[in-house]
Amino acid sequence: MVTKRENPTELVPLLRTMWLIRAFEEKVSALYAMREIRGLLHLGIGQEAVAVGTCSLLRTDDYVFGGHRSHGHAIAKGADINRLMAEIAGRATGYCAGKGGSMHIVALDAGFVTATGVVGGTIPLALGAAFAAKEKSKGQVAVVFFGDGAGQAGAFHESLNIASLWRLPVIFVCENNGYAEFTPLSSHTLIERLARHAQTYKIPSNTVDGNDLLEVREAMTKAVQHARTGKGPAFVECLTHRLRGHYEGDPAKYRELSELAEWKEKDPIARFTRELKHRKVVADKDIAAIESEARKLTEQAAQFALASPWPAPGEVASQVTA
Amino acid sequence: MPEQTYLEAIRGGLHEEMSHDPSVYLFGEDVALGGPFGVTAGLAEAFGKNRVVNTPISEGTVMGLAIGAATAGLRPVVEIMFIDFITLAMDQLVNHAAKLHYMSGGQLKIPLTVRVQCGISGTMGAHHSQSLESWLAHVPGLKVVMASNPADAKGLLKAAIRDDNPVVFIEHRGLYWTRGQVPEGEYLVPIGKAVVAREGEDLTIVATAKMLAATLEAAEELSSNGISVEVIDPRTLSPLDVETIVSSVKKTSRLIIVHEAVEKDGIGAEIATQVQQEAFYYLDSPIARVAAPFAPVPASPALEKCFVPGKTEIIRAVRRALNR
Repeated sequence: MVTKRENPTELVPLLRTMWLIRAFEEKVSALYAMREIRGLLHLGIGQEAVAVGTCSLLRTDDYVFGGHRSHGHAIAKGADINRLMAEIAGRATGYCAGKGGSMHIVALDAGFVTATGVVGGTIPLALGAAFAAKEKSKGQVAVVFFGDGAGQAGAFHESLNIASLWRLPVIFVCENNGYAEFTPLSSHTLIERLARHAQTYKIPSNTVDGNDLLEVREAMTKAVQHARTGKGPAFVECLTHRLRGHYEGDPAKYRELSELAEWKEKDPIARFTRELKHRKVVADKDIAAIESEARKLTEQAAQFALASPWPAPGEVASQVTA
Repeated sequence: MPEQTYLEAIRGGLHEEMSHDPSVYLFGEDVALGGPFGVTAGLAEAFGKNRVVNTPISEGTVMGLAIGAATAGLRPVVEIMFIDFITLAMDQLVNHAAKLHYMSGGQLKIPLTVRVQCGISGTMGAHHSQSLESWLAHVPGLKVVMASNPADAKGLLKAAIRDDNPVVFIEHRGLYWTRGQVPEGEYLVPIGKAVVAREGEDLTIVATAKMLAATLEAAEELSSNGISVEVIDPRTLSPLDVETIVSSVKKTSRLIIVHEAVEKDGIGAEIATQVQQEAFYYLDSPIARVAAPFAPVPASPALEKCFVPGKTEIIRAVRRALNR
């Protein structure tokens, strides 16, 4: 639902960003299939509304931390897609000069501080950025994205406790996509709504439909406001689903095809597009133009990446220390 | 130059750096109360509890929090009460603190100091007595220092806090109440520089932390028997100042490494390898190690005494190397 606060014309850029993420990740997937991109890739296709609904409310100087499935978070925060694609492709022109890769994105110019290959690993880091933000008193907040699998990690519980105790300006964004790697959440915990842990630690929380961009935005608006005005942490659990496997190449045999089909019906981009059409904010030709622009930009990013040089051999042991 | 205990020298170094730089913050269990040994006593009163921050017993998260604070412009010092508990924070230390500068292609710097005390003192058993420095020295991106005396404790700590990299500053609990001359004010000991603690001709001993005192005692006793031992304190284990050790070995032709950590896979193995690569043809006897047995640290005073190497074992190793 479009709330009173949402100005319809401001919603179109959100659709653009969702399409940019979708087109980017589909391009990454295609390049992976062609072996132009190697390694371990975790795509968030189907989860774009969480990234966009959250980051569209942030300032560039807010700190965002991600996990192993964070291409979309970085793009939503404003990372340059050419440098991002080059990083995922292991090229010297990438954000991290090819030393980070898909799971270790750092785009400091956009305020995307870091992602991680360790599930739940950046939750404590976000606390630290929030601590620094609180000390600097410039109204900055820290945001950390993590999945339902992180909810059973020690770092998650320790972090909720400290954030609450010290009233840190941090927003915990849980992308509850129902699977921790191959295993459904119900096999890992009896507490399937992770926001309940936030209640335990006395952190204001909300569980929303993570595939409904406007519902995510509404919850995040409150959460960001809460943190920015010095009231302490907030927790938003977004129920969503990844439409790909855990990693590219995962046949995802653990998931019933009917479940996948059900979630495809709830595709966040299609839903938001219907909403915008219903509100007469966009027409079919605008929608087609937005998609084709996103595909053009990601095609250019792919060309930039693949035309870029590999890192020089001498880089292997450079920048080990500052 | 005033005389201070090792513990007071560390406190003085912390005090000076917190005065010198408002971005220096201290995090740890009980730090605002002075900690179990009183190292941080008075700092919360001097700098406020927002900068001397008591934390819950959540080592992994506190380490991660400090790393995150470092990415956002602070220069945190984290105290891990016993090195045995650094195991709980190794994920953050190894996977984030050590690697973020490299993995980000230089975009991030992590100016983090981890203060931790180690070693055998007071029969505290297997979870409060370990020496784990070689685990840490094995990690690219971490610097590891160990001070053997009050002056180095102050100077190395100040250098660690000013360093733009994560530095693990290992204190030995058994040295806390030992005394020594400590330069006042601005005194920095460069990271990565060993020091010749005693000059000699017949044999070189490299000894770390509390083992330095035992080695100097052994050297003194041996000198009255006409054996001249050169003693080197590496002070920094990573990056290791191998040149100072190699030039000593080229002079003496013999090397023994002494540390309190278990012998197997300890820092002595790395020092021996590097020295034989650089000075193999200068050696007149095999490189030897004097270190703890490959066992957990026992609790009983009777067993602990057998676990820690000391003057007797060092003298025996020297006599074996010199065959006299």
